[in-house]
Amino acid sequence: MSAVVGEHHDDHHHGPAKGLTRWIYTTNHKDIGSMYLWFSFIMFLIGGTMALVIRAELFEPGMQIVDPGFFNQMTTMHGLIMVFGAVMPAFVGLANWLIPMMVGAPDMALPRMNNWSFWILPFAFALLLSSLFMEGGAPNFGWTFYAPLSTTYAPPSVTYFIFGVHMMGVSSIMGAINVIATILNLRAPGMTLMKMPLFVWTWLITAFLLIAVMPVLAGVVTMMLMDIHFDTSFFSAAGGGDPVLFQHVFWFFGHPEVYIMILPAFGVASQIIPTFSRKRLFGYPSMVYATASIAILSFVVWAHHMFTVGLPLAGELFFMYATMLIAVPTGVKVFNWVSTMFRGSLTFETPMLFAIAFVILFTIGGFSGLMLAIAPVDFQYHDTYFVVAHFHYVLVPGAIFSIFAAAYYWLPKWTGHMYDEALGKAHFWLSFIGLNLTFFPMHFVGLAGMPRRIPDYAMQFADFNMVSSMGAFLFGTTQLLFLFIVLKCIRGGKKATAQVWEGADGLEWTLPSPAPYHSFSEPPQVK
Amino acid sequence: MLSRRRLIALALPCLAVTEFAHADWQVNMTRGVTDVSESVFNLHMTIFWICVIIGIVVFGVMFWSIFAHRKSKGAKPAQFHESTTVEIIWTIIPFVILIGMAIPATGTLIQMYDTSDSELDIKITGYQWKWKYDYLQEDFGFFSNLSTPQDQIYNRDDKGENYLLEVDEPVVIPVNKKVRFLVTANDVIHSWWVPDLAVKRDAIPGFINEAWAIVKEPGIYRGQCAELCGKDHGFMPIVVKAVSDEEYQEWVLAKQELARQEYELKNKQWSLEELVERGEQVYNKSCAACHQASGEGLPPAFPALKDSAVALGPIENHIDVVVNGVSGTAMQAFGPQLSEVDLAAVITYERNAWGNNKGDMVSPQEIAQSK
Repeated sequence: MSAVVGEHHDDHHHGPAKGLTRWIYTTNHKDIGSMYLWFSFIMFLIGGTMALVIRAELFEPGMQIVDPGFFNQMTTMHGLIMVFGAVMPAFVGLANWLIPMMVGAPDMALPRMNNWSFWILPFAFALLLSSLFMEGGAPNFGWTFYAPLSTTYAPPSVTYFIFGVHMMGVSSIMGAINVIATILNLRAPGMTLMKMPLFVWTWLITAFLLIAVMPVLAGVVTMMLMDIHFDTSFFSAAGGGDPVLFQHVFWFFGHPEVYIMILPAFGVASQIIPTFSRKRLFGYPSMVYATASIAILSFVVWAHHMFTVGLPLAGELFFMYATMLIAVPTGVKVFNWVSTMFRGSLTFETPMLFAIAFVILFTIGGFSGLMLAIAPVDFQYHDTYFVVAHFHYVLVPGAIFSIFAAAYYWLPKWTGHMYDEALGKAHFWLSFIGLNLTFFPMHFVGLAGMPRRIPDYAMQFADFNMVSSMGAFLFGTTQLLFLFIVLKCIRGGKKATAQVWEGADGLEWTLPSPAPYHSFSEPPQVK
Repeated sequence: MLSRRRLIALALPCLAVTEFAHADWQVNMTRGVTDVSESVFNLHMTIFWICVIIGIVVFGVMFWSIFAHRKSKGAKPAQFHESTTVEIIWTIIPFVILIGMAIPATGTLIQMYDTSDSELDIKITGYQWKWKYDYLQEDFGFFSNLSTPQDQIYNRDDKGENYLLEVDEPVVIPVNKKVRFLVTANDVIHSWWVPDLAVKRDAIPGFINEAWAIVKEPGIYRGQCAELCGKDHGFMPIVVKAVSDEEYQEWVLAKQELARQEYELKNKQWSLEELVERGEQVYNKSCAACHQASGEGLPPAFPALKDSAVALGPIENHIDVVVNGVSGTAMQAFGPQLSEVDLAAVITYERNAWGNNKGDMVSPQEIAQSK
């Protein structure tokens, strides 16, 4: 293995190619990682703009800005773009940048496939976004696209949506194969599985989840395609099919998908918290086992999204118990993070602030998740803003805060410059306040009886909705500050050392900052 | 003059603040008016407080670390990083807490699923975007539509107290009787939800879901569709009116009498003007949500009727479209939904409204023959 790496080094000691072709033809993990990250940030802004359209319409009762049909297009596209366009590619981008550096490899194991899996994405999202300009408008059936609303009753653009989803799936599966191949084959001598950084571990498990469930998503959209164009009746009761079958298949993909978006975030937090606590991660093996348990459990809890569809009592009980069980390994992770901080020597640079907020707010999202798991009570929560509050608490301060934390933590390694700490902290606090203003009141209106996905609402929900909308605009505009901070950091700033952070530990910190184009040309020794 | 204007400008934000302060800031789930909703509420509060206590302990340790173990205070990091005992303890304790939650939850769920021995069955059918209630034993049924005027929704008029939560005809049930709801749908999936009853059941085409309630107090209980069902998902509320048994019996007799009268209307000889007049009401209730009051529709999903091939073409074709729907599109079959009189009226109206001056008409008798 080291011989292969050595040869590679002899042949390719050049830097990046010049001009646009560098980005189109690149097989370099850093270039591809950067493209993934920029792509996901653009999608984050587009999806965020759609969220602001939603919040502007919901600012007060009555219809003001958009019509109900377009409102549904906005909720649908916001969800699809944030899940498939912002969060997932951002984590793949981080994986590209970090996994080779963390395991001591020169690059990803399958660099040409890496190029392809990225370059599919802009086309997939161009397909999806183009539907906004089509007759009949963009998909308007929610990001969960329940049949028959998404089949018989869908706008014509649904076919574009289906092909877009297929392409995203192909991209994700190839990305996942690449991650697994890299981790299993390119680790430096001495780096056993149980010595891998947790970010690598969580991504390894995530990659297996992706390979397991993306084909299921492809299957369900293909069945939709058949129903729409080839007169099958998978999901049409009139033809002997079953609309609930759609939900079973969708959520068999959809629940592991939730963990696909959060497990790498666990990995990021597990890298950052020890660094700024200047203390080793507490309970490393239990973190690994907990991650694996969560991943396995994620396959047997899907119907907790379907407590109101009329499952038999035994089904309800099984899915309730299985879902509650997830609280155990998730709790273990939270306890380990807190124990890592306990009696450490803490400092609060921007990555640490985001990581701490991640632990606190993700735990709040976990609490509401536990409440939602209780089937009889879920009859009151289901499809209300309480659910919206819950999944935004696990996704925004969960997945997205961890991505911000990761960006600040590794930016000096990527660019060779320190970012502006004061601006970074401002970004954190404004985001923190904005997101809590936006999403905390949603718990209240949900419990008070406001259904989700409605463009207009009864008077008693007016006040909290106004607070939510103001919070959303604060959170949304704050993200432009992040763009400014990153651009400023790329252009210059205080030179970063190789170690960057006093407490940082891991192979990526042994490389100079910025890291060389081909990360490790000689495999490092791990003791 | 200027100073007065300035005064008003200053006073406005203050007014807004007082209005804010008087508003409804409900933060919690309703207790509801049934035994089941009461136990759901208690379960919700129990789990909420368990979460709060866990949160206080976990975040307490975390905040203690943040305040006491910071480098700026000279904290030196400890070296511990593993303890199997601790890991086992914090696996077992949550597990035990979860069992404590699961036991009462299971009890409530079993109670909710016991739909036996009902005294009254109401079939609830979700349509885009209204509900239909069929009283199976009493043999009548009716649609229940949003009654909030468009002027309120589009801010041309002040919003009423029950904005978006009011209907033209509520579903009436007697108190202290076990009412069983048989929930289904005609087109896409809807969900029938009344928080005060703790009943939320998905209405799925081709399937019938069951739920039940024994309402303890007379009153009006409001809810909404809870499953995204298309454009007007937010505009198909539910109003349940719970009344005493005597009042309920009177209401049933009145409804049955009304049904008889409606039935007799179909033998009457109708003039074009009478049909157009009735047709406009039917149209606004059943058709305008998609095809719009102006007849211009929302193409391409909901085509225009004004100057359309269907409304100006052969009348047999027009009847076929309205009665049997158009498969594969959002156009429902209105044959089973509307009476023959209403079908005749609405078709005649569509052929003679918005400048569609066909001047022809179809009588209820002709509709009956063509069915």
